Amino acid sequence: MQLTLWTYEGPPHIGAMRIATAMQGVHYVLHAPQGDTYADLLFTMIERRDRRPPVTYTTFQARDLGSDTATLFKNAVRDAYDRFKPEAMIVGASCTAELIQDDPGGLAAALGLPIPVIPLELPAYQRKENWGAAETLYHLVRAATNGVATPDRTGRPVAVNILGPAALGFRHRDDLIEVTDLLGKLGVSINVIAPLGARFADLARIPAADANIVLYPEIAGTAAAYLARKFGQKTITTVPIGLNATRDFAAEIAALTGSTVPDDLESQARSSWYARSIDSTYLTGKRVFIFGDASHAIALARIAATEIGFTIAGLGTYSREFAREVKSAAALYNVEALISDDYLTVEAAIAAAQPELVLGTQMERHIAKRLGIPCAVISAPTHVQDFPARHSPFAGFEGANVLFDTLTHPLMMGLEEHLLGMFREDFEFNDQAAPSHLGAEAAAPVATAPILTGWEPSAEAELKKIPFFVRGKARKNTELFAAEHGVTLITIETIYDAKAHFSR
Amino acid sequence: MSVCTTAPSATAPDIIRQRGQREVFCGLTGIVWLHRRIQDAFFLVVGSRTCAHLVQSAAGVMIFAEPRFATAIIEERDLAGRADLDDELDRVVTRLIERRPDIKLLFLVGSCPSEVIKLDLTRAAARLDERFGRLPRILAYSGSGIETTFTEGEDACLEALVPTLADAGSTTSLMVVGAVADIVEDQFRRLFTAIGIERVDFLPARHAGAMPAVGPHTKFILAQPFLAATARALHERGARRIAAPYPLGAEGTRLWIEAAAAAFGIDPARTESVLALPARRATESLAAVRAKLAGRKIFFFPDSQLEIPLARFLARECGVELVEVGTPFLHRDLMDAELALLPFATQLSEGQDVERQLDRCRAEQPDLVICGLGLANPLEAEGIATKWSIELVFSPIHGFEQAADLANLFARPLARRALLSV
Repeated sequence: MQLTLWTYEGPPHIGAMRIATAMQGVHYVLHAPQGDTYADLLFTMIERRDRRPPVTYTTFQARDLGSDTATLFKNAVRDAYDRFKPEAMIVGASCTAELIQDDPGGLAAALGLPIPVIPLELPAYQRKENWGAAETLYHLVRAATNGVATPDRTGRPVAVNILGPAALGFRHRDDLIEVTDLLGKLGVSINVIAPLGARFADLARIPAADANIVLYPEIAGTAAAYLARKFGQKTITTVPIGLNATRDFAAEIAALTGSTVPDDLESQARSSWYARSIDSTYLTGKRVFIFGDASHAIALARIAATEIGFTIAGLGTYSREFAREVKSAAALYNVEALISDDYLTVEAAIAAAQPELVLGTQMERHIAKRLGIPCAVISAPTHVQDFPARHSPFAGFEGANVLFDTLTHPLMMGLEEHLLGMFREDFEFNDQAAPSHLGAEAAAPVATAPILTGWEPSAEAELKKIPFFVRGKARKNTELFAAEHGVTLITIETIYDAKAHFSR
Repeated sequence: MSVCTTAPSATAPDIIRQRGQREVFCGLTGIVWLHRRIQDAFFLVVGSRTCAHLVQSAAGVMIFAEPRFATAIIEERDLAGRADLDDELDRVVTRLIERRPDIKLLFLVGSCPSEVIKLDLTRAAARLDERFGRLPRILAYSGSGIETTFTEGEDACLEALVPTLADAGSTTSLMVVGAVADIVEDQFRRLFTAIGIERVDFLPARHAGAMPAVGPHTKFILAQPFLAATARALHERGARRIAAPYPLGAEGTRLWIEAAAAAFGIDPARTESVLALPARRATESLAAVRAKLAGRKIFFFPDSQLEIPLARFLARECGVELVEVGTPFLHRDLMDAELALLPFATQLSEGQDVERQLDRCRAEQPDLVICGLGLANPLEAEGIATKWSIELVFSPIHGFEQAADLANLFARPLARRALLSV
């Protein structure tokens, strides 16, 4: 048993949901107890999707346990097929259904549906969300390309597939826009993008391309390795996050097509000049702690060290599958990699390293807040605010621009830090003053308006029970009401009289 | 007070009872508000990564305010029998208690996986309770999806507390059962005191050490409708339930307090003198919101068992038209007083087949749908206004002073739709 306050990744069936939800015409029937439908809200609330994920749950209850659950599952598959008419279906079990040992694959096969039905084995007590996503994409690709012959690509223009963008992916939507744009400028055509937006039939066309771009190794690594083995496709594993990584990526694509990288490729890249401008001098050697999924952690470490000039004070990941890669990266910066999915271990490591900036997931944001350290979010898991409305890629040259801003804004700007040193005793610029962008949160308490009427202690106590974000308004309204009605001593009744009065 | 009447020829429609996919939370979600209510309790879920993920998804950002809940995640080696489950649980609990010595009450919360592998948490809790010398007290209940739906997690938690309550002996008291907001508890306490009920207790209390005593002279009244098992357990300890509608809205709160007052033999005139002012205030506050809601068609998806009292409040005090009122479970004896107040021809549904219920909902094109977060945005995208139901268990909605706030929770999505031109 593992004592867990917080989990960086969900169970593997959440990964399968992320693939099914990303695709078109694919339906997932999940054998799961009542309550597991909570996962829908990750997609409808955090990613703000405008439709329900294409997932049917059996939602069995205690009274169904026994032979009934198998029938329940078969009915759910049949009903889902009749209602949604999917082009392909995936079936599997969540953690509890894994224990009751119905066989989703066998039960679904017995129905003889006229579409491909792909069973998934996702061991919920060993594996986690990203593994589940990778495994699901792999099985879908394998099923779709089953029987497809290795195509002869000679004499045809070079084409690539982009593998990895999924539902609930951190900045996947905008990364894909950037990478598509980049490939257009490099003159290479895109064959299939998967899973985001792909149909099951599209997956069968994957082998026609020359290479697979593994945009997110955690999700696409397994499928790409299979495609390399089965169809001899090249795998491009450079993740184009950061200025230098994007340059490497462009060079790799250019080598594939036998052309050169166009001169104007970096015309919109501003981060390199920003980093060299004198206001950025203060960034030199600032100590940064980086934690996230493996690919984002590795990419961000390279940016922090070589493109901004930070010192890496710590580097780690919760992706145990990629521990080796993160350890090699950490060695470059002379730190020991932290491989852990225990939030308390990460908290202890950050506290020990005492960095000046933390780059991490939403958990590290809370750790940093508690420790009073500036922080930016660079990896899933994230909350709703990190699925922004505006274009905010991490990939490509625009991604590098976004990242420069993201990594420097939590810190004080150079001039501000300079002033802080000069006016150490000044009332606005002193050691205790937080960065100005933190605004109201850090501001000194504003003197409250003189109170014209008196508050009875019990009324003061009652006021304190009102949530803090409306308390100020409640106080003001009550005093206004008291003044208007000639009440000199505010009681509990006055509070509620005022509340009733102003609610009209 | 007006009683809703319908045409004599009308007959009440049959309750729709359907089985299929249920788009509901499991009882583990109750932890999210229970841990705020009992300020020195800790909730340890014994379950899978899914359980941990559910609780953190439901808790949102709240999880980091030094959370008083966690999950002991069952791993492969626990299932394969390579690790003794009892030893593992003891190890995890010991580590937890060392880390949080301030905890006075620890709940081991059962989940689907722990139920299916038949891990006996009640026995484990008793063993650990003994071992730690009753500090903290260690209790167990099930919040599993196979056993409980959403708010039933609170029912299971309070049911587990009942056997530990002290014996009240011959003391007469009123016990208000169900977690309500602190401010609501204080309002209720003031009203009952003013009426002349001498001893008023709340279950759960705000602290583990302050839980009320129970005995044959305890009369209890439910503040929440989803507490069937707790009511049964209290009955077994000799306490007697005061039947009443639930204290939602001005009418519901008045009837609820009057029922308690009557059970204590209070002179109705005295009750009336205490209730007149807050009841008038509530009615006046409601008048403004009523205009925004009157005549609107409202559809409830099942979620918390609060649906019937809320529907009653919206129909009678806000003038809405009820299209369908769904509830995960309908406890007849606990809902009698509510059902009597519902408009006669209200279509009720118990249980759920979510796809078919969505078909019915779309066909009716209601003005407002009360539903969970998994359905809300997709329905909005289809052009149907929604109010997400989970807010109704987190917000102070009970009592006179909150009546207008409660109505506003439903009026706001409609106001917003009217306001936006995007």
